[in-house]
Amino acid sequence: MKSKFHPDKNGYFGQFGGAFIPELLHPNVQELADNYIQIIESEEFQIEYKSLLKDYVGRPTPLYLAKRLSEKYGATIYLKREDLNHTGAHKVNNTVGQILIAKKLGKTKIIAETGAGQHGVATATVCALMGLECTVFMGEKDIVRQAPNVARMKMLGAKVVPATSGSKTLKDATNEAIRYWIQHPETFYLIGSVVGPAPHPDMVARLQAIISEEMKWQLKEKTGKENPDTIIACVGGGSNAAGTFYHYLDDENVELIAVEAAGLGVKSGESAATSQLGEVGIIHGSKTILMQDEYGQIKEPYSISAGLDYPGVGPLHAFLYESKRANFMNATDKEALEAAFELTKIEGIIPALETAHALAVLPKIKFTKDQVVVVNLSGRGDKDLETYIKHLEE
Amino acid sequence: MNSIQELFQKKDKNLLSIYFTCGYPKLEDTTKVISVLEKNGVDFIEVGLPYSDPMADGPTIQESSQKALENGINLDIVFEQLITLKGTNKTPLVLMGYLNQLLKYGEDKFCQKVVDCGIDTLIIPDLPMVEFENHYQELFDKYGITNVFLITPHTSDNRIKKIDSFTKAFIYVVASASITGAKGEISDTQMDYFKRIKAMNLRSKLIIGFGISDKSTFTTACKYANGAIIGSAFIKNLGNHGIAKIDDFIKPIIS
Repeated sequence: MKSKFHPDKNGYFGQFGGAFIPELLHPNVQELADNYIQIIESEEFQIEYKSLLKDYVGRPTPLYLAKRLSEKYGATIYLKREDLNHTGAHKVNNTVGQILIAKKLGKTKIIAETGAGQHGVATATVCALMGLECTVFMGEKDIVRQAPNVARMKMLGAKVVPATSGSKTLKDATNEAIRYWIQHPETFYLIGSVVGPAPHPDMVARLQAIISEEMKWQLKEKTGKENPDTIIACVGGGSNAAGTFYHYLDDENVELIAVEAAGLGVKSGESAATSQLGEVGIIHGSKTILMQDEYGQIKEPYSISAGLDYPGVGPLHAFLYESKRANFMNATDKEALEAAFELTKIEGIIPALETAHALAVLPKIKFTKDQVVVVNLSGRGDKDLETYIKHLEE
Repeated sequence: MNSIQELFQKKDKNLLSIYFTCGYPKLEDTTKVISVLEKNGVDFIEVGLPYSDPMADGPTIQESSQKALENGINLDIVFEQLITLKGTNKTPLVLMGYLNQLLKYGEDKFCQKVVDCGIDTLIIPDLPMVEFENHYQELFDKYGITNVFLITPHTSDNRIKKIDSFTKAFIYVVASASITGAKGEISDTQMDYFKRIKAMNLRSKLIIGFGISDKSTFTTACKYANGAIIGSAFIKNLGNHGIAKIDDFIKPIIS
């Protein structure tokens, strides 16, 4: 069945999406658009993808009933443990899939952008696995604040190129990746989120959809019903949220909550809460909601979390926001830090700073005791220890 | 008739176009640069609208845009500056900017201001053909504005023919798979590509850009096209030596 949450033939979700790219990228993007669905749906791809996810990534990831957290918030809270994936986050679901697509298209050189470094690590990992050359663009500021992931990428054999323009974060890393792609059209741009020109947002959503595919049977086993009442996920570009929402998009009785990074506060001028601060515009080849001034100059966002420090949001999410299918909430740096410490203390799980934003809305929602809530635990916190330790000392 | 088309009726060989960034090196330099370029006999001028995230531009133009934005340039100021040239400036101007600028400013408002400034030609590198056909063609037609499309070594013949059919000003032949920036020389592969395009006998005039930097690359490009655009090399010169030295940059190329 055709869902209204699937893109049309030009890659639009409602008014959002499309492929606003220079002519130089047209052949690459067209090649992918012509082939990605056929490749993903082929038996050959599915067998290899599922087998790698099982034996290499370690899927299915557990759906864990967090008893103490549930008790605290008066709900039945499950954590979808994407943090237990190989490389420590949901990002690898996408990179495993895209590397198989790249190989099928005969590409040997891979480029990627990264914010927190999780996508960079996941890309470097699959490139090592497949013996492909890997170049990762990362904002200079993020290289400093996510040093462990930079070291991992280098150990995995990737070249890490600092993005020194603009805010020196994820937006600029993406600009640099796109510029390199223009100059090296033989490369495959392994994009890390549900952003970029069509068909990238849809391709990445399909590859992350494994998260909600597993949730359906896991919830059925544990609760007797495939559907939870509420799903909560953090949103920067929006790939973990897209995967967690994917198979529930048409079930309108499942409440979807997307959590953006408010930074120092939505109205502080230091924020990355795109849906609250943004307007319709074009960023990285896609029409979406983005933070910009009255002349269309893109604003520099801020969040403590490098993975959420992005002035736009994927076009699917812009559509979910506009159509009110998803409820967009946000959490500040401080609230996210508190949530990270709380989960660590009462469940023994150190979440990534990005993930902590999703957890940080739990105190803001009024639950009922038997309300089944799934929080996507998108990544683990190893990479953020320096920030956490600093906070501990303060 | 489109202003560039008119220009081609008078001259259709060795046309020199210069790209510069508005509000660079100083906020009030926009009109000064245009006047000096006109005095030097430049055939048409590409006026760059500084953008925060210029996807198709290399480091030189990116930095000039950044500097211009720091100088306080914005679209209102650009249009205020350009309108003062109306009537006195005889050299056609082509505006180059990114689609989000037009979108956010207001599509109709943007087009009206362009027309008010006596400009009728736009280059929007991130406006793809499909979006042009679905929406912008009608909008631009309403204002008598024409859009310049880019072709690259990887653009298929069919696509080139389609672009040829849309073209009213000229086809912008991107010299290599590249972002903007001076390369210093033209390779054999590029030459083969120029020959292939020339052999297609398109109805549109051709202007080569990206990587044209001096007399030598300009002369080579003009063998295969009606003219060429110099951007980054000019910006670099302007940044290093200022408006006073524009003559020294242009004269050797034109002579």
